[in-house]
Amino acid sequence: MSILHTVNKSPFAHNTLFSCLKVCTERDGILLLEDGVFGTITSAPGADELQLLIQRGVKVFALINDIKARGLEEKLAPNIELIDYNTFVQLTLDHRCVQSWY
Amino acid sequence: MQLNIDGRIIALDKDGYLINLNDWDKEAAEALAAQENISLTPEHWEIIYLLQEFYREFELSPAMRALVKYTEKKLDPEKGKSIYLLQLFPPSPAKIASKIAGLPRPTNCL
Amino acid sequence: MNKKMLLISRQAPYGKSTAREAIDIALAASVYDQDIGILFMDDGVFQLLKSQKSQNIDQKNISSILSALALYGIENIYVHQESLDARTIRTDELVVDDLQLLNNKDIGHLLNQQDQLLSF
Repeated sequence: MSILHTVNKSPFAHNTLFSCLKVCTERDGILLLEDGVFGTITSAPGADELQLLIQRGVKVFALINDIKARGLEEKLAPNIELIDYNTFVQLTLDHRCVQSWY
Repeated sequence: MQLNIDGRIIALDKDGYLINLNDWDKEAAEALAAQENISLTPEHWEIIYLLQEFYREFELSPAMRALVKYTEKKLDPEKGKSIYLLQLFPPSPAKIASKIAGLPRPTNCL
Repeated sequence: MNKKMLLISRQAPYGKSTAREAIDIALAASVYDQDIGILFMDDGVFQLLKSQKSQNIDQKNISSILSALALYGIENIYVHQESLDARTIRTDELVVDDLQLLNNKDIGHLLNQQDQLLSF
């Protein structure tokens, strides 16, 4: 596979997610972690763009531990795959490179 | 470390580079060169002044590759060669010439 | 074998040391003859402004150092067009002449051609 983009900043406070969304290709994946998981909630800035990319084939992941820690389980937008730390490691191996947007 | 030029004391860092770049003058350059067993000829001075020009332009002491390219561009393609610079400032031209020119140690130099 | 490496520099100069660190990595990598490129995007494009006079805050001028990249054999300098536009920066205000302007799609492709990405 191609690039795994990781975003660890909240889209409510930073533009990192938007930078990522702009250059993400259809073969890439996006992993939201740390404060980046605030981007999973339905009302988050960029939520519509994220759904659009998912429709085009981009895989979007979020780290379940960070979601639970922040109490966001009930607020999640659809089609975001929740993953654990082991899967995170596997994803970094499955992709050609990791680009961290921070 | 320090350098004593006829009673004038100049502070050096542990690698022998000037701590205060304003201490540099021709006498300081000659004393720094003597510590490297180099006696300065016009060919040396040409490179020393070139390094200082590089530093003014880029705010950086050049690594070897950049020094070679800059010499080629500004001086003479014949002089923009590692071997020419190596003969003047052995064994590590970018480091030794920067030291004599009173510049900081090149940070990206092998 | 040399890896194809891209540094992505997205932070403004001076406020923190990130911008300078990216350049130091680039210069260091060039000594080892690595195939290296630098992409400036987001606030990173502010590093390229010719008009910087950083002596006013007692710091080394980032744009002076960037103008030395070619001498270090770093010739692949990429700039995100949209980041320039958002900040109303024209290309004639930039310190590096020989740069490649990329749109969003170009950057997506560029990233996918690399062996190693370094984010700053």
